[in-house]
Amino acid sequence: MIVSSALIIWKGLMCITGSESPVVVVLSESMEPGFQRGDILFLQMSKDPIRTGEIVVFNIQGRDIPIVHRVIEVHEQRQSGEVRILTKGDNNDVDDRMLYAQGQFWLKQEHIMGRAVGFLPYVGWATIIMTEKPIIKYILIGALGLLVITSKD
Amino acid sequence: MHSFGYRANALLTFAVTILALMCTIGSLSDNLNTPSPSAQIEILNINWFQKQPHGNDEVSLTLNITADLQSLFTWNTKQLFIFVAAEYETPKNALNQVSLWDAIIPAKEFAKFSIHTSNKYRFIDQGHSLRGKEFNLTLHWHVMPKTGKMFANKIVMSGYRLPEDYR
Repeated sequence: MIVSSALIIWKGLMCITGSESPVVVVLSESMEPGFQRGDILFLQMSKDPIRTGEIVVFNIQGRDIPIVHRVIEVHEQRQSGEVRILTKGDNNDVDDRMLYAQGQFWLKQEHIMGRAVGFLPYVGWATIIMTEKPIIKYILIGALGLLVITSKD
Repeated sequence: MHSFGYRANALLTFAVTILALMCTIGSLSDNLNTPSPSAQIEILNINWFQKQPHGNDEVSLTLNITADLQSLFTWNTKQLFIFVAAEYETPKNALNQVSLWDAIIPAKEFAKFSIHTSNKYRFIDQGHSLRGKEFNLTLHWHVMPKTGKMFANKIVMSGYRLPEDYR
């Protein structure tokens, strides 16, 4: 019951928020004390241009984990309408230029996966534990498999 | 239908559903709050205003920021993230927003304040169009809840102007 309803909610969220990845787990402490490791964030992506203060999730080329930080600078070019964005984690002392790919000084709208609009504390710990200690994942799957085999219905 | 496994499963699903419902209601209760924040920003001094070696203008300011944001706090508020950004336009860019200073307000008691500070983050233009530039200073706040939806809003203060020459 839990698994199927979780799946329905996940797919429903994907449709509502228009984002490929509507929920992310906070993995680092760079946005403390607002977001702690293990919290989950609900994302939304609209065509509205990104403005300062928004908390955005983006991927850097060559890194697989998405980063959740706040936009601190926006420069929108007059002619092309292209937006150049600089981000920084609330808990970091310096902006994210060091994190961007070699030679990249700004983020663009296309790098942004979504804006954080809501949040739930602690719920993401299940994902963190399963990623960092895969043995627990195997135990869980094994136990579920055992339940399925031994149930009488 | 009455085995331990089925009962545990049903109970757990029910508990998680109730928890999710409580979090949603808690978040919805934030809508009942009608905030009335106020703020003023004064530029006390232009510390220096120069063109950097790579050709971009940079200015350093000392600001006096006074605000009363107590009405933004609800029982579901974990903290308030506030920042001051300078907004202006240049021939090259239709809009520039540069964050100058930010702070985290952890509780209602700290939400009424007045501080003197120089800009925490560098005010650098993409180019050298800042001389004599008129700009707005906006105080933004981002309400980060204990659970649920985050709110953001701002107060725009206009009428600031940078000097005509470098100094």
